[in-house]
Amino acid sequence: MNKNNKRLLIILFITVLAVIIDLPKNFIFNQKISSPEINISLGNFKFKRDLKIKKGLDLQGGTHLVLQADMKDVEEKDKNDALFAVREVIAKRIDLYGVSEPVIQTSKIGDTSRIIVELPGISNVQEAIELIGKTAQLDFRELPPELDQDATDSAIPIFAFNETGLTGKDLKRATVQFSEQTGEPVVGLSFTSEGSKKFAEITERNVGKQVAIFLDGMPVTAPRVNEAITSGDAVISGQFTPKSAKNLAIQLNAGALPVPIKIVEQKNIGATLGEESVQKSLRAGLIGLSLVIIFMIAYYGKLGVLAGIALVIYGLITLAIYKLIPVTLTLPGIAGFILSIGMAVDANILIFERIKEELREGRPLKQAMELGFGRAWDSIKDANICTIITALVLLNPFNFPWLVTWGMIRGFALTLLIGVLVGLFTGIVVTRTLVRAFYKN
Amino acid sequence: MRGPAQPDRGNLFYQKMNFTKYLNLYFIISALVILPGLYSLFRFGLKPAIDFTGGSIIEVRIKNNESAAEKNKEKINNFLSDIDEIELDSIQVGRENNFTLKLKPIDEAKKEEILNKLNKEYVEVEELRFETVGPVLGRELIRKTLLAVVLAAGFILAYVAYQFKDKKYGICAVLAMFHDSLVILGIFSLLGHFWGVEVDTLFVTALLTSLSFSVHDTVVVYDRIRETIKNHPKADFETVVNKALSETMSRSVNNSLTIIFMLTCLYLLGGQSIKWFVFALLIGTISGTYSSPFVATPLLVVWERIKRRKLK
Repeated sequence: MNKNNKRLLIILFITVLAVIIDLPKNFIFNQKISSPEINISLGNFKFKRDLKIKKGLDLQGGTHLVLQADMKDVEEKDKNDALFAVREVIAKRIDLYGVSEPVIQTSKIGDTSRIIVELPGISNVQEAIELIGKTAQLDFRELPPELDQDATDSAIPIFAFNETGLTGKDLKRATVQFSEQTGEPVVGLSFTSEGSKKFAEITERNVGKQVAIFLDGMPVTAPRVNEAITSGDAVISGQFTPKSAKNLAIQLNAGALPVPIKIVEQKNIGATLGEESVQKSLRAGLIGLSLVIIFMIAYYGKLGVLAGIALVIYGLITLAIYKLIPVTLTLPGIAGFILSIGMAVDANILIFERIKEELREGRPLKQAMELGFGRAWDSIKDANICTIITALVLLNPFNFPWLVTWGMIRGFALTLLIGVLVGLFTGIVVTRTLVRAFYKN
Repeated sequence: MRGPAQPDRGNLFYQKMNFTKYLNLYFIISALVILPGLYSLFRFGLKPAIDFTGGSIIEVRIKNNESAAEKNKEKINNFLSDIDEIELDSIQVGRENNFTLKLKPIDEAKKEEILNKLNKEYVEVEELRFETVGPVLGRELIRKTLLAVVLAAGFILAYVAYQFKDKKYGICAVLAMFHDSLVILGIFSLLGHFWGVEVDTLFVTALLTSLSFSVHDTVVVYDRIRETIKNHPKADFETVVNKALSETMSRSVNNSLTIIFMLTCLYLLGGQSIKWFVFALLIGTISGTYSSPFVATPLLVVWERIKRRKLK
């Protein structure tokens, strides 16, 4: 088998693979066919994809919130912990609310700390906002004295605990420490001077009993008091892993370093609008693609047919990559994809024009084709590198805080970048292989 | 030294068009397009969307077909003025009984109040979209956008100058790129002044994409100039440019046509929310195609002429 036939087989293989990945879920054709799910794990490497197209908020509807954390009461050194704690609290609340696949990100720009929350497909926005916007409430609770804990060995119900008046305000902060005796991770609490007094009283009357810490009315931990603690510094020990200790410290800090948050940006997108946009854009894309292929065939004849095939392969591979990465498709993202189809043809046009020129200068067809491919490469490379540069600046892959981090712009840049890269592959490798195969004699 | 079967690469008179003869015409055409926009840009500026200024947008669909759109608009305006603490900037009527209300920033609760009121009046009102942006984010966005433009332009200039081993190529390519951004900015300034078209984050994206397309197209022409110089080191620059432009013209036009096909379909058939985004891309594509042979290349010729005069 010669080299070109081998390439042709590889391209065929990639195309078939792309088609399998591209298959919609529950596609009915005589019998039900659908794209498979991928679940690979090699040691620590895990690759799991359900191969559904991820739709952005603007396509499936939902709410996008930018919350600003007011850090003016937090000391400089605690700011990172405080922001982290707020994020955790918000994530927990959203979890309780039952939103599927929420996005919660923190971003620090200069002095301002923000939390970006994306809630796909929720209908009662007001309720969600009230839930998220609340400042976290931490408080310590004890068991009523008449309840003898030793007698009841079974679990104690949440409502059995009574409030003690010791709250998050009295807690200075929580940190992960390592026990001097055992070396195990523990969580250290340090109280304010008033908090120390209250805590001393509580521990005095609860020696041997559990004192529970509640966050937003839900118990976080309920350590047993071993002795009265008057110093204002306490340690919670238990079978902690470094991770679980850190997790507990974050939750306690949410109460200790209370940060009021306010909404600075909100976008609700109704599901109807998104659904319409998807259908309209898809239709526009398909019609545009057909027009381009018709134009190519009308202008370049047989070569145009090959370019058309390459373009369809381009579409299939791009869609498969969207599903594999997975790319969250937004409306600008779709526009980026459609634009990149137009650009993908450019490589073909450059090559075909070059071939025409070589033919005009009297070269035989076969030689003209090889020269055309070779000579067009410089232009194609330089031109596409410029597009890649712009796409990378917009995409901001290293998350530089001083560059754009807007989801919409990034969605566009990502699809443009993928489009240009796949376009280079189909425009050069695929078309060339097809041309060589069809013009063998 | 060439036999008859040899390729005709040596024939410098193959080209039919004398592009460099009409340099002034190209500059006049560019000026005619850019100057009104530039005037508008200085006089009226751009009409920034809430992405930049802060504010709120509510888009609703009123499922009530009987009353005419304009009548609804006035009615809405009237009874919304009863609600405290809201400042209505404008109401736009879209297709399919969609109404877009623009206001000074309001919160979720106020929005609910407005929707309830609308619902009482029109029986069924569907909320399509609600956006509210604080004024802080807007300023930051402008700063970051400018930075992105400068950064992308800088990288491209450096890359082109390096690839062509001459700074004039990089500088002229970037100048042509700014020509195209002035065209887009100017046209949107006029659109904003006369038809209330706003510029938003998507517009910025379109602008940046047009810049990259502009350079993409220019590089193809420059590449051919470089190649022609290599093949004919003794030919004078004008002849080289004419040959290169004749050879790349049909490619430029064809490539732009395919992109224009895609964008026109998207403009006509795509959703309302990306209409102006696509329009900006469309202008960018057309201007980017025009500017490669008629701005970027003439600039090179002028550069060469000045250099030659200095040498004399």
